[in-house]
Order: sequence, then structure tokens, then C-alpha cells
Amino acid sequence: MSNIVRGRVLKYGDNINTDIISPPQYMELSIPEAAKYAMSAIDPNFATKIQKGDIMVAGANLGSGSSRETSPLTLKHLGVGAIVAKSFARIFYRNCINLGIPVIECSETDKISDGDVIEINLTEGTIKNVTKDEVYTCSKIPPHILALVNEGGLVSYLKRIV
Amino acid sequence: MGKTMSEKILARAAAVPEASAGDILWVNVDKAMMDDILGPRVEIAEKMAEIKDEVWDKEKVVVISDHYTPPANIKQAEIVKFTREWASNHGVDNYYEFIGPCHQIMAEYGHVRPGAVVLGTDSHTCMGGALGAFATGVGSTEMLGVLITGKTWLRVPETIKVEWTGKMAECIMAKDISLKTIGVIGHAGATYKAVEYTGDTITSLPIDERMAITNMAVEMGAKVGLMAPDGKVVEYLKQRGINDGYTLVNSDADAQYCKTYKFSATDLVPVVACPHEVDNVTEIMNVEGTSIHQAYLGSCTGGRYYDLVAAARILKGKKIARGIRLLVSPASHEIWRQAAADGTLAVLADAGAIVLAPSCGVCVGLHSGILADGEICISSTNRNFIGRMGSKNAGIYLGSPVTVAASAIAGKITDPRRFI
Ligand code: SF4
Repeated sequence: MSNIVRGRVLKYGDNINTDIISPPQYMELSIPEAAKYAMSAIDPNFATKIQKGDIMVAGANLGSGSSRETSPLTLKHLGVGAIVAKSFARIFYRNCINLGIPVIECSETDKISDGDVIEINLTEGTIKNVTKDEVYTCSKIPPHILALVNEGGLVSYLKRIV
Repeated sequence: MGKTMSEKILARAAAVPEASAGDILWVNVDKAMMDDILGPRVEIAEKMAEIKDEVWDKEKVVVISDHYTPPANIKQAEIVKFTREWASNHGVDNYYEFIGPCHQIMAEYGHVRPGAVVLGTDSHTCMGGALGAFATGVGSTEMLGVLITGKTWLRVPETIKVEWTGKMAECIMAKDISLKTIGVIGHAGATYKAVEYTGDTITSLPIDERMAITNMAVEMGAKVGLMAPDGKVVEYLKQRGINDGYTLVNSDADAQYCKTYKFSATDLVPVVACPHEVDNVTEIMNVEGTSIHQAYLGSCTGGRYYDLVAAARILKGKKIARGIRLLVSPASHEIWRQAAADGTLAVLADAGAIVLAPSCGVCVGLHSGILADGEICISSTNRNFIGRMGSKNAGIYLGSPVTVAASAIAGKITDPRRFI
């Protein structure tokens, strides 16, 4: 992965918690099976409409609730290329980094619509909305975290150091 | 300048002379806990086998099968079996199953101690702060790193001080304190931060009640919920045969807090969190009369001995409303036995309650009490997210154990003070 991520937007609101992303009733299934039910409480078509490289964009407090890594794991399985939100819950944020999913904070996500194509510059801290021809500022991923994300997450890092 | 509990505990764990909020430290982990649902089966077992299939310190690892016990189907049974065998194959003797939600077991069996750094693959690990431990939830991959190296990086959090003063009226419980605080601070108001609960209301509470508060710190996004360990904590540990091997760490009087909230317990009335967010908190009179189908008394938040006794006091000699179910799941086998021995469970059963195994089942909609479309549950648990207890078209109200008991009698959400 380079420092630019481009993709089509799937847009959601505030407080998308882990019970919504990864409903507990399906956690006994394997990740590919459980992924079919991701987000189903608020968007039953999520798993079918998402395409590899799509970018999930949400409002405030994304990923609150459980520590369940099945949330980012199912999103990763479905091909989410990056996640942008106004703010993240702590454990979800760390889980995404550890799994190698770029996570970006941006206060202007209200300006981004479902279906827009955006281009995130992870090191510059900018999001270009290609569809609307707008540019927003967002958080940068610090170099040592970007290195972890680019390495493919914590597992690859551990493999190297152990 | 003075230091907070978090700064002191993390400095010790990182073996540095001192630490301040904002520092990023590599800390040595004192206890690493995994449950069944998010333990070895998610990423850990497979990846450990590829990297290094040995835990860094067998004594410091605890594995607890609690979510899928008793298993509702073959898949759940396979997960419990897998978890048990993984623990055995990795020489982890601290393995527990079928005896209750992990956070209660961690406390009862002495794995959470004052001054320690405790990590768990479950967000309510923060409950351990009631005993003065820096206890927080992590994901499975992060746990994988801890299992192999015994370390993780943590950012020393800023601390929000929450001060509760005054005496609570009858029928007001720690759960009301917990919910009221969350309602004011908001479900993301403490994200990345430590919350320290102080004041004479807190120090007057028994340990069971304190745990109902720190358990829910994560519902404000907090990393940890802390309380200064005092004589009651020492006594709690002593009853479990632990007389040393811990450090009582308190915040200094001149420690730096990023924000302070002050609350009066004297004015507190019963509160509930309405669907579908924990900070959607309102005074009970605003929702009194809402019909319910299920009342649930249980979980690592609201199924402790103190909770069962308080509920039994309301239910004694009464019957629950026709057509509803009152499910009770004591938070551990120890609590189950204690409440059975002194007749508390009999009081509950006489009123019409069904006593279940100590387990996570109902709390997170895995088995034993799943809600159908349109059903409403009043629950002493910690989360009311959409779909958590079953159907996404069901609704969960969170309230104290006595609110749950009173509502079960009336068949609708009811102010427990009506039963004094
Ligand atoms: S009882 Fe509920 S909140 Fe507690 S550990 Fe189990 S599922 Fe989580």
C-alpha cells in the first residue's frame, strides 16, 4: 500500500457501534460467513453492495462498544480499503491499525456522500473528493503507524521481530 | 507536580522513573485475559502457530470460556472445546469455564490486583479498576503480541475526575450513578481517557457496587475506570487469600485532571438508558409504564450478590406480572452458591424468576434469553445497542437491579421506590 488510497464511498452516520458492524449472534461463524451479516441491523445490503477497495465513511464515534476484532476483520474480508470518520472509539481504532486497515479522522465527513469517489493522502492529511472536486483536511497517519499499516499490520511486524 | 493513578501504574509497568499523560510507553503486562468468543479462535491460535507458539509467561495468562457456556449449538460447543484445548496445549492452568462472565472471575480468583496492568480481549475489562488495577480491553491481534512478548505500547491517558458526594436515598444503586455519569459525559466523552471516580459516595460503596460503575467506563469511550484502592479492597483480596503481591496506588492530591465533573448522590433518582445507546439516559418517571416482555438480572455488571439481594428485597412475597419472564443469571458460580445458600435465589424463584447458569448468554444475545421482533427488555446489563439481545427490532432499557425487579412485578417499567 502506498500513501494514497482511492475508492468509492459507502456513507454512514454517527455511533456505528460494534454490535452493528459485527452482530453478536453471528460471531460463532467463520469470518467469511459472519461477514455476510456485517452492518445488517442498519443496512441489510451492506455485504452484497460493498466492492473491494470501497472506503467506509462515517460520523462520530465509529466502532464504539466491544473490543471484538471481528468488526474490522469482517470489514477487511469484505474489502474495505480505508475507514474515515469524524472520530473513532479507542479499541476499534487500534484493532484497525493492527490489522493493517488505514483509519483517518476527518471533521468534514458530512460533505462526503454515498457513492462519491475520494482519494486519501495518508501522509499529507488530505482527502480529495474526486466526484465533487473538493478537498478536505484530515488526520495524518504518523510514520511509525503507517509503517505498521504498510507492513500489513501487527502480525507481519511480529513475524519480523520474533 | 503530582501524578494520577494511571501515570504511576504505567510508569512502574514500563520501568521508568515517571510518566505523564501523553507519553507512549512499552509496558510489561501483569495479566493477559482471553475469553472464548474473542480469544484464541480469533486470529490468535493460527497466527501464534506461525510466529511463536508459546506464551511468554504461563502464570500471567488467563483463559475463560464464558460467552458460549452453556453452548446453545454445536458451533458454540466447538469454540468452547477449542478454547479449552488451546489453554491446555499452551500450559495455561488459569483456565475457567461455565462459572460466569470473565471480569467477575478475574476479580474473584485474584487475577486483578491493585497497581497491576491487566489486559483482556473484552471491552469491559475496565471493571478491574474498582480494585485499583489499570485494566483495559484490547483486540485479539494486540493480545497476540502480548502473548508472545509480554508487552504492549500504551499511551498514558489524561484523566477525567468524576466526583460523587452525598448519601444515596433508598432504592438508588451504583447502577444509577453509573448511568447518570454516562448520560452527562456522553458515550464518547471520555474516549482515550481514564476516568477516576472519587468522593464519599464512592468510598462508601461496597466492592460489588463499585464494580458496577467501573465496568461501564468504556461506555463513555474510556480506556480505564479507576477508583483509589482502600481498606475494602484489601479486605476483598484477603477474603480470597491474597495478602501481598500488590501495590495500592493512589492519585496525588495535586495530580493533573483534564476535566472534573461533580455530582450529588443525594439528589439522584432512579435512571434508565433507553434504546439504543447507553448515554440515552433519562429519569425513570419519563418512561414509567413502558410495557416489557422480559426482565433480566445478570451479567458482569448487574448480577453480583449485592444485586441479587437488593432485587430479592423488592420481590419478596410478590409475583412477577403474567406474561412476562424474569431471567436471573448470577455473575459467578460463587455468587450462585452464596445466593442459593442464604435463600435469595428461592425468594426470586418464588416470585416467578427463572434462575439460569452464570454466563454471558442473555447479555449479548447468544443464548438463554433472546428477544423477538418488537419485544422490550429491562436489563441490569451494560449495553443496549440495537440487536444486542436478538432482534434488531427489539428494545433494551438499562436500569438498576431494583428497577428490573420492580418492573418485573408491574410488567412495565416501574420506579422501584413504589415498592419501598
Ligand atoms: S456479561 Fe455481558 S458485558 Fe459482561 S463479559 Fe459477558 S457479554 Fe460482556
